[in-house]
Amino acid sequence: MKTTQHALSALILVLCACVQGCANVAPWERGNLAKPHMALNPDPMQSALRTHLYGSREASTGGGAASGGGCGCY
Amino acid sequence: MLAFSPIQTILAVEAGVEVPNCALTAIDNTQQSYGLKQFRGKVLFVDFWSSWCNPCVQSFSLLNEMNRDLKDKGLQVIGINLDEVPEDAKAFLAKHPASFTVVADANQQCAKDFDVKAMPSSYLIDRNGVIRYVHLGFRPGEAKEFRALAEQLLAENPVRK
Repeated sequence: MKTTQHALSALILVLCACVQGCANVAPWERGNLAKPHMALNPDPMQSALRTHLYGSREASTGGGAASGGGCGCY
Repeated sequence: MLAFSPIQTILAVEAGVEVPNCALTAIDNTQQSYGLKQFRGKVLFVDFWSSWCNPCVQSFSLLNEMNRDLKDKGLQVIGINLDEVPEDAKAFLAKHPASFTVVADANQQCAKDFDVKAMPSSYLIDRNGVIRYVHLGFRPGEAKEFRALAEQLLAENPVRK
């Protein structure tokens, strides 16, 4: 019984800690997210070359990566 | 879908609403203060921009052009900078000169009053101080449409109160 209570308390604590990581970022507060090193793909040209080589060898393409950064610009 | 959509007029949200009277300061060292209501009687083109936003950079040529061609007809172009680091904006303006009025929204209150949802966001405001068109984002192909909308508002007469 006590173990369950402790586990539950620990779970609630962990959840509280995780919730703190959630925040609304206003469109004008995305300057840091827009920096090149914040992009999912830090070197798009190299990735494109590698994807091309991979595609030629495997005879299939697509599904390799997501495009875009964190700017959120329209 | 966004890439093919024409200029979006968001009637339900902000078009038809009176423009908020934001307190803004000049981005240069003069620290001159502005209020949006002081431009009543002119057609306002308000553009929220940041130095890190690529579409904002692209829209600068349109803003300069519109200011050059339509200023004498009563158009006031205002670029409201929302950079968190003011030096970034100054460095950007040194590279991309702006002939229109550029102001800073130091505490972001103006952006909150306008409920800015994307960068860049543009608002066309008529001579009576009413927001008529709201547009999110910028693509070079939309320049003509912006210009036509501004000319349409310039042709309207203000309602005397």
